[in-house]
Amino acid sequence: MESIDIQSSDMNEPPPPKVPTQRERIIPALVSVVSTGIFLVLAVWFVSSSEQWPAVQKQFFSWEAMKESFPDVARGFWLNLKLFFIAEIFITIFSLLLAVVRSLKSPIATPIRFAAILFVDAVRGVPALLLILLLGFGIPALKLPGFPSSAMFWGTVALVVSYSAYTSEVYRAGMEAVHNSQQAAARALGLSYWQTLRYAIIPQAVRNVLPALLNGAVSLQKDVALLSVIGVREAVRASQIYTARTFNYSSLIVAAILFLLASVPLARFTDRIAQRDQERRLQRTR
Amino acid sequence: MTQETTIPKISIQNLTKYFGAKLILHSVNLDVQLHEVVCLIGASGSGKSTLLRCINRLFPFDYGRILLDGVDIEGEEMTDNKLRKRIGIVFQSYNLFPHMTVLNNITLAPRKVHGISRQEAEMQARDMLGLFGLQDHAESYPDRLSGGQQQRVAIVRAMVTNPDVLLLDEVTAALDPELIGGVLNIIRDLKNKGMTMVIVTHEMGFARDVADRVCFLDEGRILEEGSPARLLTRPEHLRTRQFLQRIIEAGRL
Repeated sequence: MESIDIQSSDMNEPPPPKVPTQRERIIPALVSVVSTGIFLVLAVWFVSSSEQWPAVQKQFFSWEAMKESFPDVARGFWLNLKLFFIAEIFITIFSLLLAVVRSLKSPIATPIRFAAILFVDAVRGVPALLLILLLGFGIPALKLPGFPSSAMFWGTVALVVSYSAYTSEVYRAGMEAVHNSQQAAARALGLSYWQTLRYAIIPQAVRNVLPALLNGAVSLQKDVALLSVIGVREAVRASQIYTARTFNYSSLIVAAILFLLASVPLARFTDRIAQRDQERRLQRTR
Repeated sequence: MTQETTIPKISIQNLTKYFGAKLILHSVNLDVQLHEVVCLIGASGSGKSTLLRCINRLFPFDYGRILLDGVDIEGEEMTDNKLRKRIGIVFQSYNLFPHMTVLNNITLAPRKVHGISRQEAEMQARDMLGLFGLQDHAESYPDRLSGGQQQRVAIVRAMVTNPDVLLLDEVTAALDPELIGGVLNIIRDLKNKGMTMVIVTHEMGFARDVADRVCFLDEGRILEEGSPARLLTRPEHLRTRQFLQRIIEAGRL
């Protein structure tokens, strides 16, 4: 009799996963919408209650001025994007190279390892803005034969140099996070030092730091605007030119909106990659 | 005794190694003949794993020599890569590459070190996975497999290049008890096929079963060696007896 009892309890279907009720699903969403709404209304009321608001609105948020400045600013922003992509490609390659050089242990590599350390230390110690001014104005003035003499070219080089120094540290952290046993395994299989880096260490290092690398890209996308100080007519420069001509600052808002439109999707993409990475790690420990 | 006239597969002579100021291996002498299986036993920190890693030069050593087929592994004609083509190693924690499928893990060395075409390497790898009962996992990533499956993949990875010698470093230590059997069976198979192996293990039952010779290491020396039947049942040294007593108390013999 008892065995029958056990069997019947085994055959009992487990209940299906619990579904939250309508109420449980809607209330949190409602609360967040209402609280966000209240916050926004208060913020707008606070800013527009300022006595100067009508003047500021005319200076910064004039629809006419925005429309008028848009073509020039948009053209400048297109240049931002192009420079961003070009710089990003070189930064990705150059910083990885720097990180690899710093990881070399062979005594014969001492001079280049030392050079890489010096480079990273020096570049990280100088503000990016200063580097852009120095390279953007200084090198064209040298009139080096065979080298481009445009400020835009050397300004972009300065960005690449500056970001590479930071990004190489990101790569280095990623490489150090790969467990030593991975290197031992690769070496034990007969892979050379370079093959070990290429097939075992670097792919894992990049995976480790992908969110950080994308974060750097988001940051670079906006720092291209620093090139405005050496006269590159990118979005900020273009809007400043409009401002200087009309004494209306709405063009700056146009530029800001364009930057936002480009960087917010990139930031969300970074979040998604980071989240996916986290999920993968969680799966691994399960 | 006829083997004394032949050149041993591996000959370790007066091997001494320090980590910093700490003596890890103290004048170790050990010859391993072709097709012989030698098990190294001893407490943690007795130098077993270090000795294993000196054989394929993952660790450098301070004094002494290691000969592979009579050739000094530190000599001119033996590069790291040549040595490691001939000596495979399997680690306690598998050390598979997590970013590669099982198939890529196994074919990496054949393709990149031995210059075999991808097609041929993959064919070999699939054949071998089949032999080890892993044919369905060729496209899986290591973290999708159980510990026992991962360790078997690691053994395939070490074996697919046909090394002369296989070194096994506590390959079952990280496994759940029910997964150990499958891995040990594979090692038994390898022995029956004539593989020369040096095995670090805590599984005394397995050592008794598979080893031609067991060496007991204590504080960096080989204190006692002999046939498993003799050494595991009638150890001469007090230290060996104490060690085996502790193992019996832990229920592993």
